[in-house]
Amino acid sequence: MKTIYVDNAATTAMSDKAVEALTPYLKGVYGNPSSLHTVGQVAKEALEDARARFAKCINAEAKEIYFTSGGSEADNQCIRSAALNGLKKGKKHIISTAFEHHAVLHTLKKLEKEGFEVTYLDVHADGLVTAEQVAEAIRPDTALVTIMYANNEIGTIQPIREIGEVCKTAGVVFHTDAVQAAGHIPVDVKADNIDMLSVSAHKFHGPKGVGAIYCRKGILLNTFIEGGAQERGRRAGTENIGGVVSMTVALEEAVKNMAGNAVKLKKMRDRLIDGLLKIPHSRLNGDRKMRLPANVNMCFEGIEGEGLLLLLDAKGICASSGSACTSGSLDPSHVLLAIGLPHEVAHGSLRISLSEDNTDEDVDAILKAVPEVVGYLRNMSPVWEELEKGERKHLI
Amino acid sequence: MALYSEKVMDHFTNPRNVGKLENADGIGEVGNAKCGDIMKIYLKIDNGIITDVKFNTFGCGSAIASSSMATELIKGKPLSEALTLTNKAVAEALDGLPAHKMHCSVLAEEAIRSAIKDYYDKNGIEYDKSQFPDPHNEEEHVED
Repeated sequence: MKTIYVDNAATTAMSDKAVEALTPYLKGVYGNPSSLHTVGQVAKEALEDARARFAKCINAEAKEIYFTSGGSEADNQCIRSAALNGLKKGKKHIISTAFEHHAVLHTLKKLEKEGFEVTYLDVHADGLVTAEQVAEAIRPDTALVTIMYANNEIGTIQPIREIGEVCKTAGVVFHTDAVQAAGHIPVDVKADNIDMLSVSAHKFHGPKGVGAIYCRKGILLNTFIEGGAQERGRRAGTENIGGVVSMTVALEEAVKNMAGNAVKLKKMRDRLIDGLLKIPHSRLNGDRKMRLPANVNMCFEGIEGEGLLLLLDAKGICASSGSACTSGSLDPSHVLLAIGLPHEVAHGSLRISLSEDNTDEDVDAILKAVPEVVGYLRNMSPVWEELEKGERKHLI
Repeated sequence: MALYSEKVMDHFTNPRNVGKLENADGIGEVGNAKCGDIMKIYLKIDNGIITDVKFNTFGCGSAIASSSMATELIKGKPLSEALTLTNKAVAEALDGLPAHKMHCSVLAEEAIRSAIKDYYDKNGIEYDKSQFPDPHNEEEHVED
């Protein structure tokens, strides 16, 4: 049975080029960039070359890039750093949204316990915030605005450039979690008015365990991992050079092929959306236009998402869901709740996140399998029976 | 898949006793859609023996597997025996459930009790009320 992997928002397979770029560092180039000798300096050169090339991909300067262990670390450091800078000036207010990644939300929750006040902007039914909302929420004591570039579950792309403009005018630091955006849609830190940004390599066919921070020059990035002068003193620990080089190659490749990939992905995405919407009492989650090229997120009434995933897996299709059962908690996805879906609808969600490696045949197979599985689960669902009998009101 | 035992997967992908019984003697429904689990059990009872049983479940893989296994365990059994079925027995028969899925087996136990209580109530049969604690939703939230 062929495996159809459509969970690329969770992680991607490494590209051949990324693997090739990594290999020399597993065997051969093993130096510590902090060492003065030749073996160390070879590694140092590779690291700094990667930094310059990585920076170019997002229109930053090499000095503005700090490598981390991944997107979560990057989010933690950016937010905590900006909060600390604000605190020094007596600013203890942060603006964010209700549907950020948990790397952002949990950091904010901690900061709230430490005395910060956080305004979580409403993301509306279409999964979008507006620059006007940000402008209205900014106060004299606002230390930071942190809003994700694109949502990991429903794929909605936020008006980052406009939000950045508002923050720039108000003199408030603007951080964006660009983990789902980098390598998928154009990211230009200068044009987008971004002060701080987080990236994760494994979301664009790079390796796991490596990511990066962009921090605009002039903004102090505080250190949270102590122990050495690596990353210009901002993040101690011997650098993951192979990971960094491989990530850079993956990002360059993704940026180079972005336009072509987007055309292909959007075609597959739109065929999936149109096909799946034919299932009665289904809905697309998130705005259709302001959407990542690879993201499909649907709800099917009367079923629970985990069963859907397991049965699709049995047919070789690997997807994801925002149901409570897959989240390990009793509540369904905070993203689906944030866009106003009732719990019982949010439980029946399915996320398909494509990559350019998927094919039209994959789309055909998904369009065949999902209606079968939804029908099967609805057949044994007492909720569906009540909906069909009119004893329970259809919500979608 | 490592999340579930082979037995859970078997009962999830080939559930036994799925469906409804017309003219059921007892029907029990527990859980709620908001929490993501509803189980409905139909019993046919003859002379104190469960002669047939069917279920409908809205829920995750382990909820469906728990319903399937629980119905297998009580089919053909006297009511007195069905009332002794515990959620642990259901989970054990499935070769175990992940800790955060144990509430699915609790739901199966409660659904069966609720169906038996319905049968007693409908037929004016006296019973010990302490055998049927009110299955509150909060019980689901105990296991986290």
